[in-house]
Amino acid sequence: MNISGQDLIYACSAIGAGIALIAGVGPGIGQGYAAGKGAEAVGRNPGAKGDVMTTMLLGQAVAETTGLYGLLVAIILMFVHPFG
Amino acid sequence: MIEGLISYKIGGQTLWITTTHVSQLIITIVLIIVAFAVRNRMKKAEEVPGTFQCLCEAVVEMLDSMVITNMGKRGRKYCNYIITLFIFVLLSNIGGIFGLRSPTADYGVTLMLALVTFMMIHYNGIRYQKKEYWKGYLDPFPVFLPVNIISEVATPVSLSLRLFANMVSGTLIMALWYALMPLLFRFVIPAALNVYFDLFSGAIQTYVFCMLTMIFVSQRFPEE
Repeated sequence: MNISGQDLIYACSAIGAGIALIAGVGPGIGQGYAAGKGAEAVGRNPGAKGDVMTTMLLGQAVAETTGLYGLLVAIILMFVHPFG
Repeated sequence: MIEGLISYKIGGQTLWITTTHVSQLIITIVLIIVAFAVRNRMKKAEEVPGTFQCLCEAVVEMLDSMVITNMGKRGRKYCNYIITLFIFVLLSNIGGIFGLRSPTADYGVTLMLALVTFMMIHYNGIRYQKKEYWKGYLDPFPVFLPVNIISEVATPVSLSLRLFANMVSGTLIMALWYALMPLLFRFVIPAALNVYFDLFSGAIQTYVFCMLTMIFVSQRFPEE
């Protein structure tokens, strides 16, 4: 099988994109933790459900950012081919 | 993905009118038409409101109270901008469901929105905090000046990338699903994905974008 330099770059870009998505682990843990704490808060004070919900979703959306950076890196590696 | 429709040249640089511009234009025109309809209706507002008047009043009241609770009394000046931003970004985010290409899935659009926020933050900082503002850059030691400048620049970048990456991931997953799945799976099942990626994620990100804008700006207001 003949592998040119270009092919090697594409293959390594695909591997890199896969590795970049490991970044999804962190936000997963963080969002789960926030959701757990939210459930705790609602259990303790069911009257404040609306406020807890908004705060939780806001915090989760902010925590999601780091995971999305990983996704961006993966998308750039896959579709823009910055190295070749 | 983004497709170029018409190309033109400025100073030897080839630029494109893309699908982003077209969908943004459609959203703007729809908003203008709705604005005129609301204006006509509100000119002859009645004591006992009809359906349409009720709806407009409810939306404006809800968004108004959101801005005031987050920004305090000084926030009244910013109601116009934040509500416009909210409605525009919301329509852009859920545009994918109407077959438009979400304008917010283009980095140019979100970066511009974030830069407006950036200008507002620093305008308020210079205007209200005066000495404190400039001293903030040398906090806690003068050595930290570059770090502080980087953290100020990172604000609009992270604000815009958050919205952009969320919308792009939604658009991309929907595009992948429609392109890769066999014909049978392209009906009914993607409805759930559409609801999550276009409606839910879009609405949450709109809320987050406006909320962060309000929080960043109101941090620069003087203490009461």
